[in-house]
Amino acid sequence: MGEFWDLTIRFFSLADGNVRWVVAGAILLGASAGALGAFAYLQRRSLLGDALSHAALPGVGVAFLVVGYKSLPALLIGAAASGWLGALAVNAITKYSKIKQDAALGIVLTVFFGLGVVILTHIQKSGAGTQAGLDKFLFGQAAALGSGDVALLGSVAVILLTILVVGFRSFKLISFDSGFATSAGVPTGLLQFLLTTMIVAAVTIGLQAVGVVLMAALLITPAAAARQWTDRLSLMVLLSALFGALAGLLGAWVSFLAPRLPTGPWVVVIVSFIFLVSILFAPKRGIISRLRQHRHGRGKIVREHILKALYKLGEQDENWSGRYGISQIEQAWSFSHRELNAALRYLDRRDFIQRDNGSFMLTEDGVVEGARVLRRHRLWELYLTTYLDLPGDHVHRDADEFEHVMTPEMEAQLEELLDRPEYDPHHQAIPNIGREGTQ
Amino acid sequence: MGTAAVAPIEVHDLTVAYRKKPVLWDIDFDLPEGALIGLVGPNGAGKSTLIKAIMGLLPVLSGYVRIYGQPLEKQRELVGYVPQRETVDWDFPVDALDVVTMGRYGRMGLFARPSKRDKEIAMACLDKVGMADYATRQISQLSGGQQQRVFLARALTQDASIYLMDEPFAGVDAATEAAIITLLKDLKSKQKTVVVVHHDLNTAEEYFDYIMLLNMRLVKFGPTAEVFTPENLRITYGGKLQLLSQAAEKIARQG
Amino acid sequence: MSPDMWVLLTGILAAVACGVIGSFLVLRQNAMLGDAISHSVLPGLVIAFLITSSRGVVPMIVGAAVMGIATAYLTEVLDRTRNVYRDGALGIVFTFMFAVGVILIAIYADQIDLDQDCVLYGEIAYTPWDVAVVGGKSLGPRAVWILGGVLLANLAFIFSFYKQLKICSFDPAMARAVGLNERLWHYLLMTMVSLTVVAAFESVGAILVVAMLIVPGATAYLLTHRLSVMLVLSGVIGAASAIGGFFAASAIDASISGAMAVVSGLILAIVMITTILVRRISAKRHVRASRENETAPVQSM
Repeated sequence: MGEFWDLTIRFFSLADGNVRWVVAGAILLGASAGALGAFAYLQRRSLLGDALSHAALPGVGVAFLVVGYKSLPALLIGAAASGWLGALAVNAITKYSKIKQDAALGIVLTVFFGLGVVILTHIQKSGAGTQAGLDKFLFGQAAALGSGDVALLGSVAVILLTILVVGFRSFKLISFDSGFATSAGVPTGLLQFLLTTMIVAAVTIGLQAVGVVLMAALLITPAAAARQWTDRLSLMVLLSALFGALAGLLGAWVSFLAPRLPTGPWVVVIVSFIFLVSILFAPKRGIISRLRQHRHGRGKIVREHILKALYKLGEQDENWSGRYGISQIEQAWSFSHRELNAALRYLDRRDFIQRDNGSFMLTEDGVVEGARVLRRHRLWELYLTTYLDLPGDHVHRDADEFEHVMTPEMEAQLEELLDRPEYDPHHQAIPNIGREGTQ
Repeated sequence: MGTAAVAPIEVHDLTVAYRKKPVLWDIDFDLPEGALIGLVGPNGAGKSTLIKAIMGLLPVLSGYVRIYGQPLEKQRELVGYVPQRETVDWDFPVDALDVVTMGRYGRMGLFARPSKRDKEIAMACLDKVGMADYATRQISQLSGGQQQRVFLARALTQDASIYLMDEPFAGVDAATEAAIITLLKDLKSKQKTVVVVHHDLNTAEEYFDYIMLLNMRLVKFGPTAEVFTPENLRITYGGKLQLLSQAAEKIARQG
Repeated sequence: MSPDMWVLLTGILAAVACGVIGSFLVLRQNAMLGDAISHSVLPGLVIAFLITSSRGVVPMIVGAAVMGIATAYLTEVLDRTRNVYRDGALGIVFTFMFAVGVILIAIYADQIDLDQDCVLYGEIAYTPWDVAVVGGKSLGPRAVWILGGVLLANLAFIFSFYKQLKICSFDPAMARAVGLNERLWHYLLMTMVSLTVVAAFESVGAILVVAMLIVPGATAYLLTHRLSVMLVLSGVIGAASAIGGFFAASAIDASISGAMAVVSGLILAIVMITTILVRRISAKRHVRASRENETAPVQSM
């Protein structure tokens, strides 16, 4: 355990020159893959990254055979070239045959990868001793990078990120609506070509850190995680790059702690964890926040129904200071007693109702609120009968649901559309209390 | 088939949502027996949605559908379905007769294979739509109209009392159009109830006994002469109901 | 039988078993789910090893089948939250599961008779020495028995439920409209895919499994207009790839599984180019023919 902390401190203090290089490299690789992955994700081409990274493998082998020793620039060029061929092959298969996209991806992925494995095993068995390190391309080994390697990979990453920033608006346009982009005179084909090339490049340099097999995760998962936090593309790309960088950093750390373990799987587990946190806890889109909204919405519905019921009871008696028991409030709804009691407590605390010995009375604020809910209910009923020609006895349930989600703007719009009506389809008065412009 | 008292299809207060967003509101009608009914409305009005909801292919938010007074599950055999042509992969390795025979799959046992009789029925149905000569053609080698007729023949093999057809006239040649019309008349003469999603206002009046005008809600339903008026069409095609769309958004987001 | 012949037989059985069931993935335009399942059964295998500390067939199959179905199911759950696109969801799920599998192997390396490379390439060359022994009598390689069993199971499944698989693949909406439980058939098919994958995985490796699930089916798809013929052809093409790959691998001394995948790709390329050429030629002839008899109606009807 002591060793673990020693190594961790050494790693994060960046005291070691070599560590600094590896950290810088891993962050840049992760960031470029994350940023480009965001575009691939939005274009729903996530799995293309999977096919491309597998397709890069034979290029690595061929480059080694040609050069005769392990030269990173040569291996990268080889990987990029065969990744590119893979992308071309996917296009050609779907264009010239009736085979669909999914099968084309699968074909390119397995056949290219199979070829890569054949070449690598051939090299291995033919005893070219220096092949050591080629198999690192399968699962990645960040810590094995030298400073020269990192400089090379890092520069490619920086170039990719720069192009992305400079051409951001164009890439945004073709990702969002390529049909419109074409009609607006944007060279869609060229830009798409550039984007695919950049994805191939990002995959190629990322292989060092994550490996061929799991590279797809570095393209897909940070992007999907980033999507949970924002609706804005620029922010999403930034977050995706950040998540990718974080995963790269932590992956390098794992690799530093245990140099013999492959890095790739750890990077994937880390990004998957980031994704899990995002999809659960992100505000608005996150699952927990949606559940809470749902529960909140449900609580609001119960409370508004209570206020409406009390207001209607007052309407009948033409006096809103009467007291009513729980059975009168409950009427025919399917709320549990727990929900009902919670709502009553809440309304009491906020001074919308007064509670006394199990009977309830609206306060002044409560009357206004109750009137507001009932007004929205009756306005919506009137809208449905007037504009949808629905019979009056069919609209109550819809209005019951919709009165709770109506915004003040929509209420104002309804008022105007219906010409500030006084009565609902059942000839009941639409409450005026608290109505805008009447007080 | 059936007694006059029970409607072939009763739709009661049906609200249907697609991905939680209501697209059809409070649809409510009883269909008359043995009539040709045209389902007409603008794009995005929910015509296909209504057909799919009746077929039980989409979840229903509220309301219900009854087929001769019973839930669909008990009456599946009484309903024949013609989906839109684009919904399937026409490169799929089957021939026309194969596709038509699929209409019989629902009533075969778990392990059973199409019998000789099933094949005969399928062949007869192909013949009815003028496609007998194409039985062994692979489906990608058929024209759009011929593919449509194959789908119609498949529904015919179900030997149902009610037929729901989703845009059978879309993009077909004149010969197919004529074949479909003959078929519709034949079905009517056999007291079948047929609902057809239809786009072409010019022909709707001529083809159908009843017209259902739909745009997110049921605008009008009744005998063609009564319903197919410029005023009603104006209401149906008078653009989207802004507030209704907003309401749908709100409800979707809340859920 | 010589060890080489056993290796060849193992490859053929794996290829045919994957080819016939994979054809349905290709037809349902769900081929990448085959890729995903082939990767995500790995943790299932490892966990089964760790729990039972044996290479028993039953725990292995159970572990892998659970993971395979979990992949299909999790993808669907993620898709249904509408927070993630479907293809993204698939990619997230299977890369995670595979990563966990590789990490488990790395951590428990001394207890598990698997390594990372073998996961990818398989150890088809060693299958002849892992023999099934019943009552002290050697019955030949275990892999042959397992793969043979799975092949038979696949054939029985397809033969028994041919019409359900056909209609659910062609037109799921119609399947539901005639009263079939289309979801159930989807998951049954995924179960069979998982079983096939796990049986083939250990002996031939992930690449060959994915290749044989997709490539022979896609090739057969180009060659025929009948589903039954397509299924037979996918088996034949799978077997041919296995045989070709086996001899190619021994000629250049390389991975047998990899070579089998490459040969399947070559067969596909040949078929694709041939069909394109044939189509071109017949189109030309058609144009010439229609020019010759201008009067004949050319309108397709």
